[in-house]
Amino acid sequence: MEAVPARARGYVACVALLAVLCVLPLPATHAPWWALALLAALYAACEHVVGRRLGGTFYPVLLAGAFLLPPAAAALVPLPAALFARVEQRPVWLRRVWRAAQPSLAVWAAARVHGALGGRDAVVGCDFPYALVPAGAAVLAFCLVLAALDGGILATAEHVPLRRAWRGLLSRSLAPVAVHGLAGLMMAVLWRSPYGPVAALLVLLPMCVSCWVFAQYHRERAAHQATIRALVQAVDIKDGYTRGHSERVGQASVMIARELGMDDERVEVLRFAGILHDVGKLGVPTRLLRKDGPLTPEERRIIELHPEYGHEMVRGISFLGEARTAILHHHERLDGSGYPYGLAGGQIPECARVVAVADAFDAMTSTRSYSRARPVETAVTELERCAGTQFDPRMVAALARALGRHGWHPAVTADEAPCGIPAQEPVTGSRSGAPR
Amino acid sequence: MTALRLIHGSAALVAAAALAVTFWSGIHERGVGLAFGVLIAVGELTRWSGAQVRQAAPLGTAGSLSYALLGADAGQPTQHDAPQVVTIVLAASLLGGVPHIWCGRSPTLDHLARRVLTVGFAAVCFQPLYNKGVFTQWSGPAYAVLLVALLVLTALCDAVLAAALAHSRTRWPFGPLLRDELRGLLGIGSAVCATGAVMALAVAVAGLWALPVFCLPLLLTQLSVRRYAAVRATYRQTIASLARATEIAGYTPAGHARRVAALSLAVGRDLGLTEAELTVLEYAALMHDIGQLSLVDPVPAGATAALPAQEQRRIALLGGAVVRQTGVDAAVAVVVERQADPCREQPLAARIVRAVNAYEEKAREAGSDGPLRALEELRLATAGDYAPEVVESLARVLSRDCLTLPVAG
Repeated sequence: MEAVPARARGYVACVALLAVLCVLPLPATHAPWWALALLAALYAACEHVVGRRLGGTFYPVLLAGAFLLPPAAAALVPLPAALFARVEQRPVWLRRVWRAAQPSLAVWAAARVHGALGGRDAVVGCDFPYALVPAGAAVLAFCLVLAALDGGILATAEHVPLRRAWRGLLSRSLAPVAVHGLAGLMMAVLWRSPYGPVAALLVLLPMCVSCWVFAQYHRERAAHQATIRALVQAVDIKDGYTRGHSERVGQASVMIARELGMDDERVEVLRFAGILHDVGKLGVPTRLLRKDGPLTPEERRIIELHPEYGHEMVRGISFLGEARTAILHHHERLDGSGYPYGLAGGQIPECARVVAVADAFDAMTSTRSYSRARPVETAVTELERCAGTQFDPRMVAALARALGRHGWHPAVTADEAPCGIPAQEPVTGSRSGAPR
Repeated sequence: MTALRLIHGSAALVAAAALAVTFWSGIHERGVGLAFGVLIAVGELTRWSGAQVRQAAPLGTAGSLSYALLGADAGQPTQHDAPQVVTIVLAASLLGGVPHIWCGRSPTLDHLARRVLTVGFAAVCFQPLYNKGVFTQWSGPAYAVLLVALLVLTALCDAVLAAALAHSRTRWPFGPLLRDELRGLLGIGSAVCATGAVMALAVAVAGLWALPVFCLPLLLTQLSVRRYAAVRATYRQTIASLARATEIAGYTPAGHARRVAALSLAVGRDLGLTEAELTVLEYAALMHDIGQLSLVDPVPAGATAALPAQEQRRIALLGGAVVRQTGVDAAVAVVVERQADPCREQPLAARIVRAVNAYEEKAREAGSDGPLRALEELRLATAGDYAPEVVESLARVLSRDCLTLPVAG
């Protein structure tokens, strides 16, 4: 990331050149200078507040510019924001040029499309159902140009293959930009109305509040994940197991769940089930968990309380859903000799059977204080031997298939968010056994 | 209860008068009224049934306000008067509320009374003067500014009403409630007001098409506020569960953390903490014993208040370290680790947690007249231990809720 490849520099230069070409006919147009200055200042202010403090970009002003000004003038609106914005990463000027040129081209294209469809008259005349057509087309053009240029910079600077760079860029941005476009349209209409720019400014307030709340949401969500992570780390440290056991169990559970074709929501719940399966060990004295020698029956009984402790702890966390029963029953065995309730066969909840297999697999393949790590193949053979008595054969087979397809690359994510575990290539369809 | 009766009574009076006048004089511009009625009803339909949020139906509120301040439709001056505004808003709100009542959710009389009174206020301020032509010389931007000023006034009235209602329902002090309501105006409150003004202006310029076009951004705001509320609720559940770890490990009696948190919140409200401070206080109270997880041997019955000061401080510091690790707001960790300091050096939240924790432990030990004896012990304790103003506030809170031992969860 330190050195920007030459072709990326060339790409940015080309985009900047195009932007300059777009602005060139400016002296020939009768641009309302004060409106341009006001919009540009407004955009810079919004970017300063929304973009820097909250993250994300704020398009309503840009799109209002595209609906109000001739294309050459509209292309100038993003300029001051890019020049005065603080850029943290080097090379500073290259980034500034990029941030000015990219939205310039997009706004120019939007204004061009909007003008060609007669949008400016529709805005002035408040020709209402029709005014939505040029505005919609302009939003589409805006998104297309943004996505195309973004894909280009990904391809040149980060060496992402073009096809992958463009995948999803457009579909992801279309909905939010469309909402911003409606706000921009309202701004433009009010701007041209007798009430003037003052009324147009009012449109920005709800949008700003929306951005602010959205940022709060993300902050709170990150804090929540950090808390869960801390909970898990506390268990890992207390248990003296190798670091990251819980997260690896989460990962293996996800692999099994995907292989079984569960939907995304359920896969996510199973990730949490795997991560939190041993949370009840917080309630077991550390002395017992770390004891080296054989356990007395009394001590064993206390340790075997941990699924119930864990269930008691997470009982009140509603988003965990099914994961709570998985935590309670992950030590049940298929033949009914497990604990805490001695359930057998189909009585054991499906998610608990998944977590049981994942837990045993990671216990075998990681180094413990009392045993060395075994290779993946040995562990799978061992699981298959116990399938039917201890484990559900369906889950064991799913794990074996998933391992055969993707291998076992436990990410060392003790310092990352649990949800940040890089998902393996999503399994698409084919549930029939793949050749190992 | 008098304030509650007063508000409900005057709302009923306003509604009855508005209905009577509307039946007498008929409805002007049915199309516009219908469009706004549908908007308000939809807003009510999508209102949140969940826990306490300041603005449960932003779309409905914005729609009602903009109808109250509507002066023209696509350039043509409108004729509707204030009683008609109240009638339509009332009818639409009731219609939108029917499915909620059908589903067995509690009827929202307070909400309706507030809506009627604030909308009535805005409409009475605006419509008679507008229909007499007083605002004709307010051209262009000045008119927009006028609308905004009216809305700010209305929002202030609404905040006072909301605080008065909350005060008479919960008996929490009025001042902090009003302050929290006013602070809430800056967030989604301002978005609702701005949307109300924009819709009124946009309909005046572009006709009724402006309504659906401008609903969308507000719906977006509503959506993100709802998601924010959801993730906050989830976070609270996680913290409460984390706090139960000590109970499950047998370090503290069942329900202790929850009871301390509830009582601390009540005391914090009584002392006039802001909502953000209350959140910190609640989290800190829930996790105040978490340092005991780091002990090798449990303290008997988790009664930390009886330990020597040095030991108490050590446990508090351990707890602070755990809380810091969990990534909760750093202010929470500060409260947890300073809960055993001499009270003069403590932040207010830490004083509250300390006093309430000691009360809870003492009251539990002492049996049937425990609460009274525990309070007495707190009052007589050495001056440096428990802050007198917190103990007095605790006494007030307890006398309000009757001096009984809460049922163990």
